Amino acid sequence: MNNVPTVFKREMISYFYSPIAYIVIAVFLVFSGYFFARILALTQQATLTYSLANTQFILSILAPVITMKLLSEEVRSGTIEMLMTAPVTDFEVVFGKFLAALFLYLVMLAPTLLYVVFLNWVGKPDIGPIISSYIGLALMGSMFVSVGLLMSALTKNQVVAGVTGIVTLVILFFAGYAVSGTEGWYVAALQYIGTYDHWESFTKGLVDTRDVVYYISITALCIFIAVRIVESRKWR
Amino acid sequence: MIKVDHLTKRYGDKTAVDDISFEVQEGEILGMLGPNGAGKTTTMRILTCFTPATSGSATVAGCDVFADSLRVRRQIGYLPESVPLYLDMRVNEYLLFRAQLKRVPRKEIYPRIEQCLEKCGIVEVKNQIIGTLSKGYRQRVGLADTLIHDPKILILDEPTIGLDPNQIRQVRQLIKELGQRHTILLSTHILPEVEMICGRVIIINRGKIVANDTPSNLVARLRGGATVSLEAKGPSEVIERALREIPGVIRVTGGNKGQVNQFLVESDKGKDAREDIFKTFARNDWILLEMKRDVMTLEEIFHQITTQEAEEAYREEVSQRPAGGVKERLSGILGRLKR
Ligand SMILES: Nc1ncnc2c1ncn2[C@@H]1O[C@H](COP(=O)(O)OP(=O)(O)OP(=O)(O)O)[C@@H](O)[C@H]1O
Ligand SMILES: [Mg+2]
Repeated sequence: MNNVPTVFKREMISYFYSPIAYIVIAVFLVFSGYFFARILALTQQATLTYSLANTQFILSILAPVITMKLLSEEVRSGTIEMLMTAPVTDFEVVFGKFLAALFLYLVMLAPTLLYVVFLNWVGKPDIGPIISSYIGLALMGSMFVSVGLLMSALTKNQVVAGVTGIVTLVILFFAGYAVSGTEGWYVAALQYIGTYDHWESFTKGLVDTRDVVYYISITALCIFIAVRIVESRKWR
Repeated sequence: MIKVDHLTKRYGDKTAVDDISFEVQEGEILGMLGPNGAGKTTTMRILTCFTPATSGSATVAGCDVFADSLRVRRQIGYLPESVPLYLDMRVNEYLLFRAQLKRVPRKEIYPRIEQCLEKCGIVEVKNQIIGTLSKGYRQRVGLADTLIHDPKILILDEPTIGLDPNQIRQVRQLIKELGQRHTILLSTHILPEVEMICGRVIIINRGKIVANDTPSNLVARLRGGATVSLEAKGPSEVIERALREIPGVIRVTGGNKGQVNQFLVESDKGKDAREDIFKTFARNDWILLEMKRDVMTLEEIFHQITTQEAEEAYREEVSQRPAGGVKERLSGILGRLKR
């Protein structure tokens, strides 16, 4: 675990030297600001529920953009050879990169706290759902980032990694969404696998352990598989 | 320090490294010489725990490269062939990252970085982004990185490739200096380099070791006798006859070249004809302008060994190839498909 901070720091340097971090943050702020303003104008309510609920789709697209280069670029450019011949474990590398991407994701969310300040200024928002929403966003983020990271481990082409990550997350998003309101044996299964329903309760001020377990276990699973993929180099 | 034992590496049905064994003693500089695709990089990647061997074993500083990989990696500094660096980082940021990754004690990190920057001559570019550096400077950054944790063993894959002649000299000098404190395994195509800096050479070809000796022994073993080239003034035919009569001389070639005569005198294995040649000239009062012994260079030896091997392998391959060319086989397959 000792090298996790070192790997993390290197990824942060790389993020902020490249335009990708700024582009992702800018895109997110434009969309979330738009939703915030539109929804505020429509509902005239001092609440973040709807505008944060809407961000899930954008985050499904932006999270893989954050993670796409993490492992694929190492392989493509050959720097993996330098990295892995240093005394680091595969887990340290993968986990350090995961934390860096998660951190950038949280940095991206941070400016939306200004909306909370703004709401407090214009009205009296219910602070409970806001807090739970942010907890949910963080958990969801760790899952999205881990899915993106896994895709990045699977290919050495970062564009492929990004696109497959986005497709996977969007399918997971719609898996629950598309069947909501219908019936059948598959509905419960799809709703459980899908990201949509797990997120919804957070926006209502609930932190349900089932949802927390869902996000954390998928995160752990993706990181585990990514480590195995990096490791697989050793038995090929 | 490094012990390689019956190491084999296959990629699919292609054998990159074929049952090789060698050792590198502490403090030794061992050069690995071989044509493209010989298996040098593959061997080094196995030793640095980057790729696993198909069979056989290798130990570095007493630790097995597969079972004890972290400990092995702590002891080595590895410079990969293509010198892959993070192009988006600055030189000193990169070295800081590498030093932390290789667990250099916190207090020593900055002095070590300064030291390595200086040793590799990159102090003036330390704040530059690596992506903007020239190939030679990147090479030096890579070299600085291999030294940053003061490892016992250096594994350098073609360390002077892509450098200009001045830099090549500097890097060779540096490697020689490093050889006093480190055990070094390096690979190269450049023969004079091996002669200059290595205490011992392994010539590797098609995954097999074909020679393992000191550079001077290799030369001596492959060509016992020597060729002496002469430049002289005097009656060319008479001189030639006199030279032939010297005991041990096998062949004399050459003759009158305008103002002077040039001869090539080949003598028996283990026989140095120079003394007799000199005496013959002195006795006859001929004028000897130049006398030089041509020793077979490592280059020629390398060429001889590797092409011999290649020819043999080619002949083997041809004799084993099934009758009929690609065309016949293809039409055979097509015929079967039609049926
Ligand atoms: N990842 C791989 N997959 C398949 N074959 C490989 C792989 N890596 C190396 N090879 C093959 O193994 C053989 C040895 O390659 P290697 O890179 O070790 O040669 P080398 O001696 O370093 O050559 P060079 O002087 O060109 O660097 C080559 O024929 C190469 O094609
Ligand atoms: Mg090579």
